[in-house]
Amino acid sequence: MKVTITVNGTKHESEIEPRTLLVQYVRDTLGLTGTNIGCDTSSCGACSLHVDGESVKSCTMLAAQADGCDVTTIEGLAKNGVMHPMQTAFMENHGLQCGFCTPGMVMASISLLQENPNPTEEEVRIGLEGNLCRCTGYHNIVKSVLAAAQAK
Amino acid sequence: MGGSILGNRVLRKEDPKFLTTGGVYVDDLLDEPLLHNAVHVTYARSSVAHGHILSIDTSEAAAMPGVIAVFTGADLGLQPVPSAFNPAATRTLLATDKVRYVGEPLAIIVSETREQGEDASEAIIVDYDVLEALVDVEKAMASSLHLYEACGSNVVFDTTALGIPENSGEAFFAGCEVVVTGRYINQRVAPCPLEVRGAAAAWGPDGRLTQWLSTQHAQGAPAPIAAANGVDVSQVRVKTPDVGGGFGAKIGTYPEDLLLGVVAKRVGRPVRWRETRSESMVGLGHGRAQLQFITIGGSRNGKVSHYQMHAIQDSGAWVDMGTILAPFMTRPMSSGVYAIPNIECRTTSVVTNTTPTVAYRGAGRPEATAAIERAMDMFAAEIGMDAAEVRRVNLIPKFMEPHTTAIGGTYDVGDYEESLNRTLEASDYAGWRKKQAERRANNDPKQLGIGVSVYVEITGGVGTGESAKVEVLDDGSARIYTGTSPHGQGHDTSWSMLASEQTGIPMDKIELVWGDTDLVPVGTGTMGSRSLQQGGNAVYSVAGTLAEKAKSVAARLLEANEADIVLDKDKGIFHVAGTPAVSKTWADLALAEKSTGGLVHSDIIGVVGPTFPFGAHVGIVEVDTETGKVTHIAHYACDDAGTVLNPMLLEGQIHGGVAQGAAQALLEEVRYDDDGNPITSNLADYAFISAAEMPSVNVIHMETPTPNNLIGAKGIGESGTIGSTPALQSAVIDAVSHLGVRHIDMPTTAERVWSAIQQAR
Repeated sequence: MKVTITVNGTKHESEIEPRTLLVQYVRDTLGLTGTNIGCDTSSCGACSLHVDGESVKSCTMLAAQADGCDVTTIEGLAKNGVMHPMQTAFMENHGLQCGFCTPGMVMASISLLQENPNPTEEEVRIGLEGNLCRCTGYHNIVKSVLAAAQAK
Repeated sequence: MGGSILGNRVLRKEDPKFLTTGGVYVDDLLDEPLLHNAVHVTYARSSVAHGHILSIDTSEAAAMPGVIAVFTGADLGLQPVPSAFNPAATRTLLATDKVRYVGEPLAIIVSETREQGEDASEAIIVDYDVLEALVDVEKAMASSLHLYEACGSNVVFDTTALGIPENSGEAFFAGCEVVVTGRYINQRVAPCPLEVRGAAAAWGPDGRLTQWLSTQHAQGAPAPIAAANGVDVSQVRVKTPDVGGGFGAKIGTYPEDLLLGVVAKRVGRPVRWRETRSESMVGLGHGRAQLQFITIGGSRNGKVSHYQMHAIQDSGAWVDMGTILAPFMTRPMSSGVYAIPNIECRTTSVVTNTTPTVAYRGAGRPEATAAIERAMDMFAAEIGMDAAEVRRVNLIPKFMEPHTTAIGGTYDVGDYEESLNRTLEASDYAGWRKKQAERRANNDPKQLGIGVSVYVEITGGVGTGESAKVEVLDDGSARIYTGTSPHGQGHDTSWSMLASEQTGIPMDKIELVWGDTDLVPVGTGTMGSRSLQQGGNAVYSVAGTLAEKAKSVAARLLEANEADIVLDKDKGIFHVAGTPAVSKTWADLALAEKSTGGLVHSDIIGVVGPTFPFGAHVGIVEVDTETGKVTHIAHYACDDAGTVLNPMLLEGQIHGGVAQGAAQALLEEVRYDDDGNPITSNLADYAFISAAEMPSVNVIHMETPTPNNLIGAKGIGESGTIGSTPALQSAVIDAVSHLGVRHIDMPTTAERVWSAIQQAR
């Protein structure tokens, strides 16, 4: 089947298998490998990206469902070589180690602050419950998100 | 002269890439020319825990869309391979006659797309003669049904075989005023790196095999890969892309890694393999899985004089690294931080019909610490002593020369009481005890629990040194080659700091090369918290020697005496002392040396021995006595890793370690049903710890440098895990101890806590 999806500002018309997941589409069809796959039960959030500005686990959505939508992946976040404030906050607060959960974590965190611009620590922790990290113990991820909220 | 960069909170050089385009993990190698036109490999796996294979029918799978080939072990002519730890145990890399755990690979599907391979794997039909599944170690020890008949037993390793006598039983405790016994389950957990296993393989036009591998130790992989492919080891190159976590489970190679070259040769195309998470939960090695019988004895005044442990290690269905962690990591650390004059420790490793066990963050030391700390708490409860106080009276006094315990562990330096004092003070231990007393007096349904642990562990126990090479390029930038293998630890930043300190070359002009066996043939990888004390130490030493070498080149160019040459590290230039106006840059020197092999130094730098980080943790939990629900509300961690290179990275390691330790104490457990079917085989069923289940962690700094390397550093990768688990298990039990509860096995789930309260009533 044919889909038209705008990804990171560029419109793509692609022929895909109907069962293609959105995460497979961005990774395999478009070659945008920043978005990672960490599980097969929609538990880990490594594949989180934005569809029409909202965080979505892209393994829970068919590419066909994103037909006509505007998708942003980690690769589309920095503008003109300048990192998004959330990316900067993760860097400055050591919010990443192996980097595998990071793209999804950053995308989910941006969405979290859009919904709740001044969260408490507990609200950040609950808000990121669906994004798993095995390296950081979440301490510096939470710190990064709170710092990004402060920086706005 | 500016100050040293060492010891500073230097931000990571690695991060911009990870944050903007993402890392390039093995599954992201889309542009690799050697992998052009690669096919996908999918492994079909056993669906029963124990049984003889009567037949494997691959015909339907082979006819499915996109399937290029299907191979069984018989098709590939696989021969049995002995275990490195017990040669009587042998297996083929694909099960041919017998399956021994659910998830064991038994056939390979090669397909154009990954999805076609997954579809076809469902169509492989295996006929089994099902045998009794031996899931429990005690049952496996007693059973006459043996996983490996040639071993003559399911016991595959025992310390008695090392000449260590059996424990002497109750007689050992004659004369003790107080004797307490315990049976503790240090449960099986799943390492769960966010990136699952994956690899790719291609035969090049030169006839050599290149294999990309998500690994912690590239240099350990060529030998088994070469053996599986029937080629000389010189014909194998292993390359390590970015690795999304390992935690010990990616140290060794797995059958799925080893067969890729064989398949690539058969089909005449390069291959890619990446497992699913559900496969990873049964295919990637598991950790811990120790059953511990302990007895502790001493006097009513709190002095412990005798300790005896028998640790039964569950090896799982293969005699892998998990088998040897109990005898060689748990046993030597069984005394913990305590001066116990009489200790006996026997370990017995047993195969069962479960996923094989391997190293997992701490690898044998968390088990030793959990046992002695739990025993101390039970001893304290028996005599009515405070948890902190019973520890204080038994601690080995401060020592700055090597100290050997009764069980034979020799520690480098230690000041355990100071770490305990700092943690008690920073956590306001007395304040928490007061709050706890108030809640108890009020019969509050939500009770507070306070857990204390004091621990010591071994780091750098693997390897006796590490290779390093530093070369200066024409533009004055530098390239470091290291035998360690970062997968989150930040070696690019740390090793650049060390080389910059020695050379004055700015960090952003230093590049790090690792994990490519053609470029770095010698290396022991990253495991056992060894990297800084061995790999970083080697970089520091080699860069220092290179700077000295460079002085002689500068002397020649400046027509001066070498002894008069100084390196201005602020500017990265060489000049004669007192005349900085006439100078040579690193680029000048590199160009001058270009015709004679370049400005480079390479060496393998040894260390004196392993190091023994120590510390103390206080964990605070709230337990709802009506439901059993546990909430981890505060955590205080003092982890002394010697001299600190970058406090930001150190804290990151502690935070992550504490979370994994908390996960074991409170949440995570790999479970099987009685037939050996895994019931926690995906991330929806396995209780992987999340942000919502962790408090922020209060890190308390303490630095007692080790004399065992140039830097003074010990390992920090595993300390947080080792200290936090017993503190939290103890905290949960402490919260309900006034109700008569003395012990709850990990993980302390609501169900277990509630049941313990009911039984005590």
